[in-house]
Amino acid sequence: MNLEKIVRELGLKVFSGFDKLETEVLDGYTGDLLSDVMANSKEGDVWMTRQIHQNIIAVASLKDHAGIILVQGAEPAKDTLEKALRENIPVMGTDLSGFEAAGRIYNILKEKKDATVPPP
Amino acid sequence: MLRAFRCDLHIHTCLSPCADLDMYPRTLIEKSITKKLDMIAVCDHNASENVEYVLTLAKGRPITVLPGMEVSSLEEVHALALFDDLRDLIKLQTIVYEHLPGKNREDIFGPQVIVNERDEVEGMNERLLIGATDVPLRDLINEIHALGGLAIASHIDRPSYSILSQLGFIDPETPFDALEISAATGMKQARRQYPELSAYAFIKSSDAHFIRDIGRGFSTMILQAANIHELKLAFEKRDGRYIEEDD
Repeated sequence: MNLEKIVRELGLKVFSGFDKLETEVLDGYTGDLLSDVMANSKEGDVWMTRQIHQNIIAVASLKDHAGIILVQGAEPAKDTLEKALRENIPVMGTDLSGFEAAGRIYNILKEKKDATVPPP
Repeated sequence: MLRAFRCDLHIHTCLSPCADLDMYPRTLIEKSITKKLDMIAVCDHNASENVEYVLTLAKGRPITVLPGMEVSSLEEVHALALFDDLRDLIKLQTIVYEHLPGKNREDIFGPQVIVNERDEVEGMNERLLIGATDVPLRDLINEIHALGGLAIASHIDRPSYSILSQLGFIDPETPFDALEISAATGMKQARRQYPELSAYAFIKSSDAHFIRDIGRGFSTMILQAANIHELKLAFEKRDGRYIEEDD
């Protein structure tokens, strides 16, 4: 499962990282407390947040996230967008709530996992 | 002449919904003087209506009160704004109220009481002071500086509403004048804990919400006088001014 499929299925806006949509999404994480996200998210996660401060780019970069999805219609702050473009980190956006976005992405990822588990 | 000032620059009044009702201007001043504090700052959540009464009561007493506020940014980072002049604080207040949505629910968050220098209730603040403004942190710091104030990150060692809990780390370009450490952590421990923040001045304060907590955390600063300019010199360790860090 790559970012491009999620962008398509949820109709996400793409703000940055346009050439990185092939990036594989392994799992997801939601959180607005960056201390928590730094401590508990994993490499390959797509991270859903309402936080738009520029530190989100550093956190996504540090944790090797597949990308960031800003929920509830949030758009990156000006300096956040500049940093995302400079560092080529995929930042996307949706009008969906965090709950709805996470639920849909969970289902997409779960379908994919179920499909890859060989039948007993 | 330089001398030691005991400074507790983060004290709430009964205007903050989470503070005790006994934190009205007179008790606050009396307790601060009993605790031999030389300089305090009154910092309620997103509001400042009680500051003028504390200032009135401090006149002629051996204590300096700085008008202040603890503002919650868009990221829900708490930051202290300190001023010399009440008029500058009121200018910040106007900006904060333009950006602070919601109405208080006393039964849930607590009363927000305005009490004058004669211990009389002047009224209640009806706004949702416990909430957050929609002002991004960087813009908030810039506004405080434009008004001639100091911007200090509140209780960076606390797990809620601190810049470290909300934003994970402090970008070294964040123009805070100082970072506040809780009494429970202390200065020495904080320096060990946050070596990456060595470029910032640290202050320790009480964040008192109850009378008994006033002065439980304070910083001893070597200054010539109790004002914003002298604090800034101490934060920058200039002209012989500094903050003691041996506790």
